[in-house]
Amino acid sequence: MYRSHVMVCGGTGCTSSGSEKIIEEFNREIAAVGLNEEVKVIRTGCFGLCALGPIVVVYPEGSFYSMVKAEDVKEIVDEHLLKGRVVTRLLYDETVHGETIKSLNETEFYRHQMRVALRNCGRIDPDNIEEYIGYDGYAALGKVLTEMTPDDVIKVITDSGLRGRGGGGFPTGRKWRLAAVNESDQKYVCCNADEGDPGAFMDRSILEGDPHSVIEAMAIAAYAIGATKGYVYIRAEYPIAVQRLQKAIEDARAYGLLGKDIFGTGFNFDLEIKLGAGAFVCGEETALMRSIEGNRGEPRPRPPYPALKGLFGKPTILNNVETYANIPQIILKGADWFASMGTEKSKGTKVFALGGKIKNTGLVEIPMGTTLRTVIEDIGGGIPNGKQFKAAQTGGPSGGCIPASLIDTPMDYDSLLAIGSMMGSGGLIVMDEDTCMVDIAKFFLQFTVEESCGKCAPCRIGTKRLLELLDKITSGNGEMEDLDKIEELATFIKENSQCGLGQSAPNPVLSTLHYFRDEYISHIKDKKCPAGVCKSLLTYRIMADKCKGCTLCKRVCPVGAISGEVRNPHAIDPAKCIKCGACMAGCKFGAIVRE
Amino acid sequence: MKKISKLPFNGTPEQEAQLKAWLDENGKKPGAAMPALQHAQEIYGYLPVEVLRMVARGTGKSLEEIYGIATFYAQFSLSPKGKYKIAVCLGTACYVKGSGKILEKLEEKLGIQSGDCREDGVFSLESSRCIGACGLAPVFTINEDVYGRVSPEGNELDAILAKYQG
Repeated sequence: MYRSHVMVCGGTGCTSSGSEKIIEEFNREIAAVGLNEEVKVIRTGCFGLCALGPIVVVYPEGSFYSMVKAEDVKEIVDEHLLKGRVVTRLLYDETVHGETIKSLNETEFYRHQMRVALRNCGRIDPDNIEEYIGYDGYAALGKVLTEMTPDDVIKVITDSGLRGRGGGGFPTGRKWRLAAVNESDQKYVCCNADEGDPGAFMDRSILEGDPHSVIEAMAIAAYAIGATKGYVYIRAEYPIAVQRLQKAIEDARAYGLLGKDIFGTGFNFDLEIKLGAGAFVCGEETALMRSIEGNRGEPRPRPPYPALKGLFGKPTILNNVETYANIPQIILKGADWFASMGTEKSKGTKVFALGGKIKNTGLVEIPMGTTLRTVIEDIGGGIPNGKQFKAAQTGGPSGGCIPASLIDTPMDYDSLLAIGSMMGSGGLIVMDEDTCMVDIAKFFLQFTVEESCGKCAPCRIGTKRLLELLDKITSGNGEMEDLDKIEELATFIKENSQCGLGQSAPNPVLSTLHYFRDEYISHIKDKKCPAGVCKSLLTYRIMADKCKGCTLCKRVCPVGAISGEVRNPHAIDPAKCIKCGACMAGCKFGAIVRE
Repeated sequence: MKKISKLPFNGTPEQEAQLKAWLDENGKKPGAAMPALQHAQEIYGYLPVEVLRMVARGTGKSLEEIYGIATFYAQFSLSPKGKYKIAVCLGTACYVKGSGKILEKLEEKLGIQSGDCREDGVFSLESSRCIGACGLAPVFTINEDVYGRVSPEGNELDAILAKYQG
């Protein structure tokens, strides 16, 4: 028995800012003071509050240390672990209230959250199967195999109202039913861990922080549809997740929770990892299956749906990581429990990856239907540097933006669709007044142009032409009729592309055009970028009254566009200026403006 | 479009034996082409046509099919990488926080375009998809080292690059 546990976040964010070194330091310092029999250091999954990483939580007190540095470790060991005096200086400031320390769950960031899919992230050592089992792990699988028929399982999942968390929102129970009724000598269950939406990282965090929940859920799904073999398709760019999942699979096998005759019930199921190689389109189910088969990940027309003809031509179901992470809880706590959270048509919770211009970047899990305002102002802590909230982007390259005027929109599948965005996999990027909406639309379109697999013409050619139109506008050559062309072309691409990638590719353009048309018009008519982002539309000017004639700008200008005599105001020749901003960064008198 | 290397191929017999051993064991299993390419890239660092040909032979597929797979996925590179591989994250969270500017500055400082390797073989530069360290945005990596919350202005970038010379 240990009297204290030191939980150090080992998610990708905290690892990137040095948490491995902190773990080493803790182990060394704890050994140095002879506490290694009393204090245990545990590497956990993501706590969610990535902005404050590296994060260390000491139990039983629950002291939440943030932005810990390797040099701080000795102090925590000497003061807190040895003498029992919490190091207030290093605590997350919101938990410190004069003399008293608030618990983590009372902070604004965690207070509004409800952690179902992320329940074990930050709570257990993901590399230790016994810790997972200690929190009811594999109890759901045991219950399913010994007390329920496959039909019962599907009924519970259907009744819970769970919908796919990867973006589409298809009812999970119905998907399972479709595959269950098809007779075949072999069926497959697959897990989509090819998180392609730039800015979303919940799937990775779940696999890093709680890999067994996904393994358990896949075994449950296999039992429900009559499959014996499963694949997890995961990005090779996620080395920590791959490694932990691999270990989890091996441990589950060693404990008899994967493999033959699981729980002595005669049920067989085994799991294999397939590494993706970086292709956004592989998030589409038929493309993903083609990729597991080892080919180019090009989608094919449906029907036949994978429930009938999927991987290697056999009935297959594919669910996303977050969807799976909900399953064991639904089995254990019941459909009614799950359905009691969320809205009428969107049940349960959703994990969002909060990023961009927001104070508390990180992972948050909230009941469906929580308003965007709560997410941004309360959980997210608002916009940093006193800037104004301008828009939030959901659904990544397939989604749209939510302008400030719609900040009270409830975050659920249908409300987001109604305003021209979508849930997507849960990337939520916050933008402030310094973000140019035309540039953002261009950014996403560039992404889809690169990621279009090239199989069908509306997507391959259409997105490229659409990007050229946006390029024309941001470079100052746009005409008003381009806006009509954009709308026409976008609608055509949506209606005629073969798969979801093309059908949704124009969304970021259409939604920014809808809510920020003025900004497009400024680019076209006034040849100005109101946010000051689009380079071609910017001009740099020296304010003669502030310029001291120090000649610094003249010397740093890489193209010799600045002229002027010592102690006399300088001037920039706009024809030569390449708008690199070097002069402005160098000026000590703030005499250079960008407009 | 992927950049195809014009540098001469200089694989060693040891490398070839290593790849061949893997292919002999796994090459004919269903779905082997992608893992084969991933393995080959681990051995050689990139996938020149000579290596693609070996993979084609070892998996019983045509060179055309293997080339098609190698060019389809972002992970596969047809040109060599530098000793220090710099990758600037252009995921949305990083982009909104100015990682595009970091890429530009690095191009300027290294004198190469994104996707290229410097002639001395020390640095290569590329953009990457979201690496999931969004809390630290903007982020770039040099081999396994991650640099977060970097400012493109000032001499922060120079200081980082200086650690990796030669």
